[in-house]
Amino acid sequence: MPGRTLFEKTWDRHVVTGDDPSLLFVDLHLIHEVTSPQAFSGLAHAGRTVRRPDLTVATLDHAIPTTGRSLGIRDPKSRLQVETLRNNCATHGITLFDIDDPRQGIVHVVGPEQGLTQPGMVIVCGDSHTSTHGAFGALAFGIGTTELEHVLATQTIWQKRPLTMAIEVDGDLPRGVAAKDLILGILATIGVRGGQGHVIEYRGSAIRGLTMEERMTVCNMSIEGGARAGMISPDDTTFAYIEGRPYAPTGAAWERALDDWRELATEPDAAFAAIRHVAASTLVPHVSWGVNPGQTIPVTGSVPSPDMFEDEAERDTAARALEYMGLRAGTPITEIPVEHVFLGSCTNGRISDLREAARVVAGKRVSDRVSAVVVPGSMQVKAQAETEGLDRVFIDAGFSWRDAGCSSCLAMNPDVIPYGERCASTSNRNYEGRQGRGARTHLVSPAMAAAAAITGHFVDVRDWE
Amino acid sequence: MKPVRMVEGTMVALPRADIDTDQIIPKQFLTRVERTGYGDFLFYDWARDVEGNPDTGFFTHDPARRGARVLVAGDNFGCGSSREHAVWALQDWGFDAVVATSFADIFRSNAINVGLLPVEVPRSVVEELLAVAEDRAAIVSIDLQARTIRAQGLSASFSIDPTARDRLLKGLDPIGATLELADAISAYEAGRASWLPATSGLSLIDE
Repeated sequence: MPGRTLFEKTWDRHVVTGDDPSLLFVDLHLIHEVTSPQAFSGLAHAGRTVRRPDLTVATLDHAIPTTGRSLGIRDPKSRLQVETLRNNCATHGITLFDIDDPRQGIVHVVGPEQGLTQPGMVIVCGDSHTSTHGAFGALAFGIGTTELEHVLATQTIWQKRPLTMAIEVDGDLPRGVAAKDLILGILATIGVRGGQGHVIEYRGSAIRGLTMEERMTVCNMSIEGGARAGMISPDDTTFAYIEGRPYAPTGAAWERALDDWRELATEPDAAFAAIRHVAASTLVPHVSWGVNPGQTIPVTGSVPSPDMFEDEAERDTAARALEYMGLRAGTPITEIPVEHVFLGSCTNGRISDLREAARVVAGKRVSDRVSAVVVPGSMQVKAQAETEGLDRVFIDAGFSWRDAGCSSCLAMNPDVIPYGERCASTSNRNYEGRQGRGARTHLVSPAMAAAAAITGHFVDVRDWE
Repeated sequence: MKPVRMVEGTMVALPRADIDTDQIIPKQFLTRVERTGYGDFLFYDWARDVEGNPDTGFFTHDPARRGARVLVAGDNFGCGSSREHAVWALQDWGFDAVVATSFADIFRSNAINVGLLPVEVPRSVVEELLAVAEDRAAIVSIDLQARTIRAQGLSASFSIDPTARDRLLKGLDPIGATLELADAISAYEAGRASWLPATSGLSLIDE
C-alpha cells in the first residue's frame, strides 16, 4: 500500500460520516465581523444555537479603522456590524478579541499567534485566506456564510474530497528573494486556475528551510492559484513555533501532541494527483503588473505586451489589465512610479515582515511623492515591533504607524487608495478596485515595498544597500 | 431554500475569464448585516464610467436586460474572496443560473448552498451560447433534472455533482439534515484528543 499524504491523514481523521461528500468535524471555527452576521441571524431565525462556542473564536479585522480607535467607528454600517458581532459572541459565549483587546488582529495572524492553529486540525473561516493556517499542517479553507451557519450549528461541514497537488520547491532561495517572491513565482507559473479542485502541499528543501511566518505567506496565497487550501508537512520548525503559546498544549499533553503530530507528515512514497516542480535558485523578486495575482513578473522584466499571449482570452485579459493599470507594454518594471506603499495584511503583516522592511528603511526617508503606511497584522505584532524599536525606524522614515487590521488590503475601512493612484502592496490581491475604485495595485514582498517607498519606484531589492 | 428544477429565460453575456467576487460585489457593500439588498450593487465598478456615473451600456443599467435569468461567463467564474454576498447579489439582480467553463471552488459551494445554479460546460458550448445570446430575446432552458441546456439550435448536457444536484432539486436545508446526525457527531467528539485547543477556561482578558 502506498504511503499517505498529510492531506489524506488529516482528512481521514475528521470524517464523522459519509464518503464523498464526507461530513468533516471542524476543530476550530474562526469568525469575523463581515461574513458572520447573516449566519447568526439565520441560526436565530431557525431557533438553533452554536454547538461548540469553545471551538469558535472571533476577532474584528476587516472593516475597523487603524487610527483614532478611541473615537469609535465612524461609519454607521461598520459600527453596526461590529456591534452585531459583539452581541452574537456574548449571546453564544464565544471568545472575541475585541477592538481594545491586546490579542486583536487579522484572523489569520491571531490564530497561529495564540497557538490555536495546530497540526492535523481542520480549520474553517468565512474568509478565503484561511489557507494560511495550512502552514502548520492543518487542513484549513475558506467557506461562505451558509456554510458558516452550518458549522456554527453542527461543528461540521460537508465536503467533497478534493484532489491533491504537490508543488516541490528544491534548492535554496537566493539572497534578497522572499517567501512572497516564491509564491508569486509559483502563481506566475500555475496561473489563477492551476489549483482549482486541489489541495496543494508545498514540499521540498526550500520549503523545509522556511520559517513558520514565511510558510504562512506561501500557504496564504494558495487561494490565488485557485486552491481552496495549501498545506506543509509539520516538522520541528512547526513545533518550535507552537510551543509555549497560550493555547498550545503543555506538560504531558505537549508530549502526546508531539507524538501525534510527528505521524502527520506525508510519507515518501505517497502519491499526488499532480506534481509541479520549481527550482528555488532561479527565483527573483517579483512584481505583479496586472489585475490578478498570476499576472506577475520578475522585477528585472518589463510590462508584457498582450500579443505575447497565445490564448485569445488571455490576450483580452492582458489588454484590459494594462488599460486598468495605466501601463504601457515594454515599460521596465523599475521605471513604474508608486504613490502609495502598504505594508501589512494576512500575507505579510507579521513581525518578520516588519523586520525585513525596517532593515531596508533604516536611516532613509520615504520619497516626497509617496504616502507609506505600516499596518501590523495584530496588536501583538505591533507591541513586539515597538519593543524592538521598529516603530521608530518607520516613523522616522516618514511611514504612518497604525493599529492592526486588514486595512488597505481590501479597503473596507477608511484606508482607501484614491482613484487612478498606484500602490506597492504586500497584500495578496491586485484585483480591479480591490484597494479602492480605480486604484492600481502591485503585489510585492515587504522588502520590495519598503524600497519602493524610499525611491518612489520599484527597485530590485537585491541591489539595495 | 426553494427547489431549483428548471431555469428558463433570456441571457446576459459577460465573456471574460477570471471574474472575481470583488468585481461581482465590491467590498464597500459588504458592511450590511442582511442577506438581501445587494442587487443594485452588482458589478458596481464595471457598471460605472470614470466619473462614477452609471454606464447605460452595461447590462445592469439597461432596462431591456432586466428580466434576464442566466449569466454566461468565461473560465474560473467567482474566483477570489469567499464572500457569499457575490451569489446573493447575482440572485437579487434576477439571475437563477450562471453558465461558465469553470467555477472557483468556494463560489460553486456558495451558489449551490443558496440555489443559484452553476452550470459548467465545455468552452465550445459557452461559445455557441454567446453566439445565440447576441439575439437578446433568445431563450435558454436549463433542466437540472435532465442535466441539459438548450437554446435555439444548441442542445448540450452538463455534469454536476450528484449530491449538489439532489440538494438543489429538493431545496434541502442541510443544517436540518446534519442535525439528524447529532449522535454521530457526539461520538466523534468523544474520541477527540484532549489536548486540542478550546477556549473555555483559558482567558487572558475577561471573557
